[in-house]
Amino acid sequence: MKTIKVSVVTPDGPVYDAEVEMVSAKAKSGELGIMAGHVPMVAPLDIAAVRLKKEGRTDYIAINGGFLEVRPDVVTILAQSAERAETIDLVRAQSAKERAEKRLQGNPDSIDIKRAEIALKRAVNRISIAETK
Amino acid sequence: MASLRDIKSRINSTKKTSQITKAMQMVSASKWNRAESNAKRYAPYMEKIQEVVTSIASGSTDASHPMLKTRPVKKTGYVVITADKGLAGAYNSSVLRHVFKTIQQRHKSADEYVIIAIGRVGRDFFVSRKMHVELEVIGVPDQPSFSDISDIAKSTVNLFQNELCDELYMYYNHYVSAISQEVTEKKILPLTDIELSGSLTSYEYEPDAEAILEVLLPQYAESLIYGALLDGKASEHSARMTAMKSATDNAKEIIDSLSLQYNRARQAAITQEITEIVGGAAALE
Repeated sequence: MKTIKVSVVTPDGPVYDAEVEMVSAKAKSGELGIMAGHVPMVAPLDIAAVRLKKEGRTDYIAINGGFLEVRPDVVTILAQSAERAETIDLVRAQSAKERAEKRLQGNPDSIDIKRAEIALKRAVNRISIAETK
Repeated sequence: MASLRDIKSRINSTKKTSQITKAMQMVSASKWNRAESNAKRYAPYMEKIQEVVTSIASGSTDASHPMLKTRPVKKTGYVVITADKGLAGAYNSSVLRHVFKTIQQRHKSADEYVIIAIGRVGRDFFVSRKMHVELEVIGVPDQPSFSDISDIAKSTVNLFQNELCDELYMYYNHYVSAISQEVTEKKILPLTDIELSGSLTSYEYEPDAEAILEVLLPQYAESLIYGALLDGKASEHSARMTAMKSATDNAKEIIDSLSLQYNRARQAAITQEITEIVGGAAALE
């Protein structure tokens, strides 16, 4: 099967770099599946898992937003932070989730609500990915 | 002439100082190494994001975004990156001097600008001059990760988006080499000077170019700030390393000249003693 090169890059350095058969990601406008030879494309990503299928197994990466750039032979995911399922610190993610939940219950008129919501979404995303691996 | 004991104690204290500066030099050297590799790891991200921004912003002329448009300037934001502590030669003072001069030249009243200070030295400088510091971050780690400054980067970009300021400049020490850093002024927003370089790919946009710019441009502006911070950190450590190296060298010079003085004084004391003994013996005869 033809493969496509995927690299996940964050400001703190590359997170993932490999040849895979298919990339599935959740864009803001819906799920995307990308295989080799895809037409060049750019799409913003949701806070969700990116699934990379290769040789019968699937790697999961937690992506905190960012966007995806596709070229016929290479897919680049640019996110402000990304973690591979193996490296997610489950305890830290749990405590981040609790923190965000507590903040959401606090004063509802503060501008931090939106930030707390995003933080909660990130934490939930990381926990679910860490548990499915 | 200073007594033997005075000289000895000066030699000792200079020696101790030089041990400290030597240690600081070595600490900075290793931090500088790491800072340089951090900056290198960041480079691919910046290149890639720049490539996509350029191809979208220049490819589709119909796509517009407030961040790409110049608007009449009522208020200017200045992001100033300094260190949290001194002992780094001219690292902090050259940036601060430059910013201070620029602000005085460009603005007549304090309502025309806001300052975003990254680093304690810069914050204290502006606060002591009664200049309004809108946002500040102190205690940025020596090897910052993006999450350490994502909050201030976001708030800074929000200042522009909420029209609290109409343009944003950034001042930092650009790392040229281990012995040279230069003060750099960079315009962050609006993004007017996107360079056209390399081959441009024409993309399909999902859902459309504007929705992508909505995500992409803030991310781009934030990463510009992060990039400058990494650059500044590399400069900071190399400036501190150089400053500490010259302090150590100077201490060594002082120790050398003091030892010479000490030996002379000792010799003089011995000579005097011999003269006294000889004189005493001669008087007995």
